[in-house]
Amino acid sequence: MDKELVFITVIGKDRKGIVAKFSTYLYRSGINIEDISQRIMDKYFVMVMLVDTHSANRTLDRIGRDLARIGKSMNLAVQIQHENIFKMMHRI
Amino acid sequence: MVLTLEEIFETANMVLRHNLNIRTTTLGLNIKDCINSDFRKFRSNVRRKIVRWGEELVRQAEKLEVKYGIPIVNKRVAVTPVSIVMEAHCEYKRFIEMAQTLDDAAKEAGIDFIGGFGALIQKGLTRSDTLLLESLPEVLSRTKRVCAFVNVGSTQAGMNLDAVNLLGPMLRKTAFKSANGIGCAKFVAFVNAPEDNPFMAGAFHGIGEPDVTVNVGISGPGVVRSVVEKNQKCDLTQLSEIVKRTVFKITRAGELIGRELAGNMKIPFGIVDISLASTTAEGDSVARVVEAFGIERIGAHGSVLAIALLMDAVKKGGAMASGNVGGLSGTFIPVSEDAGMTEAVEKGALSVEMLQCLTSVCSVGLDMVAIPGSTPADVISAIIADELAIGIVNHKTTAVRIIPVPRKRPGQKVDFGGLFGTASVMAVNRYSAKGFMKRGGRLPAPVTGLKN
Repeated sequence: MDKELVFITVIGKDRKGIVAKFSTYLYRSGINIEDISQRIMDKYFVMVMLVDTHSANRTLDRIGRDLARIGKSMNLAVQIQHENIFKMMHRI
Repeated sequence: MVLTLEEIFETANMVLRHNLNIRTTTLGLNIKDCINSDFRKFRSNVRRKIVRWGEELVRQAEKLEVKYGIPIVNKRVAVTPVSIVMEAHCEYKRFIEMAQTLDDAAKEAGIDFIGGFGALIQKGLTRSDTLLLESLPEVLSRTKRVCAFVNVGSTQAGMNLDAVNLLGPMLRKTAFKSANGIGCAKFVAFVNAPEDNPFMAGAFHGIGEPDVTVNVGISGPGVVRSVVEKNQKCDLTQLSEIVKRTVFKITRAGELIGRELAGNMKIPFGIVDISLASTTAEGDSVARVVEAFGIERIGAHGSVLAIALLMDAVKKGGAMASGNVGGLSGTFIPVSEDAGMTEAVEKGALSVEMLQCLTSVCSVGLDMVAIPGSTPADVISAIIADELAIGIVNHKTTAVRIIPVPRKRPGQKVDFGGLFGTASVMAVNRYSAKGFMKRGGRLPAPVTGLKN
């Protein structure tokens, strides 16, 4: 099975429930979390999730909008991007 | 994770905080195959081809925006130079009608600008070229989306001064027919025009190009500025390295999206133009990059050196990132479209003369420069001729997009609206070169052009 790997980057201020909210949504959407990590960078709380959207039950467009809405409710910026762009930018 | 958290954060941050976007995806469209002796059929062929491909471009580009989380700001179309396809329909009225067809087709396809209403006249004008030039004041003031260009010189051909002499009067006429002279913002005079430039207003689909192709223009002044700001102590060599590395990354994003877009549309991928292109958004400004270098305001002495360094680093970083780097590639310094440039004019830091100096080391030319509406036609032609001479001698694309703003004096502000931004009207030299300009003829190609 081919994976469709997408990075979800969440940037903002740390608070309770971030991982819980995002992972609940991803679970309901049929998306598997392959990897997750978080750290404080540039004074920002940064969380990155690597997810496989191959068997997602909704479109990437919809997922992007939903995650942005969840992010907004917690004052967080959310960006979802296919893994190819990172490979192009950071690997020669 | 195969990538580090820092790398992912860097990319996401470029988009979220520093306005990284794909500035334009421009579809190059051959319309020579639309020609028909029946003018009505000819126009309908043109309309059909533009709408069909334009709609497909918009659809596919929107998909990639979602996939990569990078906004693709503009989706545009550039066609074969219109004077070429109109050779057998040399009637003034038909040029106006063809422009209207392009305008309507662009609107129908959801395209904001369509380029290519222009002519290659570096050595002389055909009947069709002459009519096209005559139609420009009406075309530029009546249509919304049509962009026009002429190529009046090249390092191999020299400069067609007779053609340049037609531009001053044409621009004045256009200016007085449109609000704030905005029609002139959709016209570019070139020397050494690239056939695959994705940026408006000068984009056209060259005659050496395939039937359909897609060219991409990236952005990124905001990204470069933020990196420069973090590196205040490094010397020029290190500074160049930092810019190079950053531009490499930005260009890779453009390359990825351009290739995938072309692949999805089943057409050949053209080029990535690696120019840093500003917008009116705060921070998305080339002037601010120069200021981050340590120059109080762009236009101060030292600015030419700064632009020279920036330009070279951008090219080197971009060249490493893509095998298909386009002809214009470098750095744009449009006045009204760059908040930092506009501010420098307002504060008296940047004059037309200094701007011309800057353009001798950057890729474009006098871009979106507002001058008083009272400027005589021969002075406008002379400004264009001066600027284009820089391009001919230096083997580079050089362009002029200048707007005589009716009833405005130096220092007054003019709002062109939307993407065109706001400009402060710049003073021009009040002495004339009329006697010299009216000699006409052709500036011979420089000896450095004889490389064959």
